[in-house]
Amino acid sequence: MTSPQPRIGVVRFPGACDDRDALWALSALDAEALFVWHTETELPDLDAVVLPGGFSYGDYLRCGAIARFAPAMEAVVEFASAGGLVLGICNGFQILCEAGLLPGVLRRNESLSFVCRDVPVLVERSDTPFTTRCEEGRVLTIPVKHGEGNWYADDELYAELEARRQIVLRYREPVNGSLDEVAGVVNERGNVMGLMPHPEHAVDPLLGSADGALILSSLVESARERALAAV
Amino acid sequence: MKATVLVRPKQGILDPQGQAVESSLRQLGFSVGGARIGRVVDLDVDAADAAAARAEVERMCEQLLANPLIESYEIELAEPQA
Repeated sequence: MTSPQPRIGVVRFPGACDDRDALWALSALDAEALFVWHTETELPDLDAVVLPGGFSYGDYLRCGAIARFAPAMEAVVEFASAGGLVLGICNGFQILCEAGLLPGVLRRNESLSFVCRDVPVLVERSDTPFTTRCEEGRVLTIPVKHGEGNWYADDELYAELEARRQIVLRYREPVNGSLDEVAGVVNERGNVMGLMPHPEHAVDPLLGSADGALILSSLVESARERALAAV
Repeated sequence: MKATVLVRPKQGILDPQGQAVESSLRQLGFSVGGARIGRVVDLDVDAADAAAARAEVERMCEQLLANPLIESYEIELAEPQA
């Protein structure tokens, strides 16, 4: 029996720039990936949603602050509330934080410089739907490219997140000033994750690393399981 | 009614922009410290009176203009015209 391809929507905001890469990577990893325009008030029938990287609405006010109010985001919030899988990459992570779906906030890099390079990222958990194909303790090589990836939460919130093991990825070296080198977090329920590194830019060894495929194929597999369970 | 919102990085929150500006000012020979960079939003608010305008702008701050995790805000209302 052939497994069905899970349907994964990639939301396109004005100013997104990694939407095509995300669509391509998900398709290459055997998902049926489709674009969702930001003005859509309802999502099509989907098994997962990806919010891609870029500079939605010119990063005006704060990164992600405007995209959060896009009609499609209301639908994404509803989808997430119903337990749907949502992955935010870079600007997508910023949007999820602004929307309150993920804890913390992403601030200007400590150096004030845009950082664009491969970075080592430690996987702290392999029991989230986004990391099942990774081993705990494994260090992935995935590129970052952002000016505002400096994740922050106050002491109280951070202690709660640590206690609930919501920090999923950490840089193995200083990258942007992020608190405790946090690179990716998951929500309490475990169905929404955001990360600053770009797994969609690391799905083929030709591009320097295929480690990003471990994260995206974890998502594809988790979405496939959900698609099968729903049949 | 005209309103001005001042959004600032909260006390204790790292402000790399402020640090960079402060160091530039020092290079110019100014003796300064504690530079912090925020944002000013000027607004025309359609409201019956000052209290209603302030309440409306508060809601704008909570929902969009400031991120309470890292920013504080102050609202200034222009004196009502006589």
